[in-house]
Amino acid sequence: MSSHRKLKSWMFKLPTMLNCAEAEELMHDHHEGDLPANRRWRLNLHLKLCRECTSYLAAYENSIALGQSAHSDVEPADDLPDDLVAKITAAREQK
Amino acid sequence: MEDYQDAPESTLVAALQQEDAAAFEYFVRTFGGRALAVARRYLRNSDDAEDCIQDAFLQAFRNIEKFEQRSSLATWLHRIVVNSALMKLRSQTRLAEQSIDDLLPQFDTGECRVEPSWRFDESVETLAAKGEARRHVRDAIDSLPENYRIVLLLRDIEEYRTDETAELMDMTPGSVKITLHRARSALKKKLEPLFERDGE
Repeated sequence: MSSHRKLKSWMFKLPTMLNCAEAEELMHDHHEGDLPANRRWRLNLHLKLCRECTSYLAAYENSIALGQSAHSDVEPADDLPDDLVAKITAAREQK
Repeated sequence: MEDYQDAPESTLVAALQQEDAAAFEYFVRTFGGRALAVARRYLRNSDDAEDCIQDAFLQAFRNIEKFEQRSSLATWLHRIVVNSALMKLRSQTRLAEQSIDDLLPQFDTGECRVEPSWRFDESVETLAAKGEARRHVRDAIDSLPENYRIVLLLRDIEEYRTDETAELMDMTPGSVKITLHRARSALKKKLEPLFERDGE
């Protein structure tokens, strides 16, 4: 373990501090805006001190936004088969 | 076939509610391409996607009487297609749990995160505007294990609420949250080639 991580590991054992694994568990609710004030405060404190979690959270949130952008519009399929249209309309008539 | 293109949507809805055959054919031809694209998001097999939209259109026709036009016809049909696709998926497999442990965050023995430092020189909007990056993102989502992919699509793309997703997936809301978080984490891992490491 690097000395940087050793120091962090020690620091995150202090009262009210979260370690990275505990911070990870709060990230979903943090993104959804569902974290109660006390937990939000503890996560924000962790993020102020942890470059790795800050970097991770930024990449996590960018990934969500990229996923949403990539699927923001539904491009209609341009290969709707005529026989499928015929099959659907025929099935309706048989009802 | 009467052309409904320039008429208000309520004209088409009224014709569908009167069981007008020509209106139904127009409905299928006009909305079918979009419906097929949505079905293909969920069902990787082309025949399954076609079966799915056939079921969806017939279901739409059966329920058109109850359509109150609180949303557009496209939005209403979209939800029917998604439901139909999920039913098809459920009938095929039980969406068996697949492991994505390799794609989840890593911690050392002191519970410290092992993570590179990322730099985002390009905004999400700039990245997403690039065709190649969009394809990469879509492929990354498509490559997620089935249950993670579907939960991510429902929550982040279709914007269903957690409780709605839970009902559609026959899961508990807590389980939806955990699956979604893992799916997002795995997606982030798969998208790392799009990000730049700080200091490089």
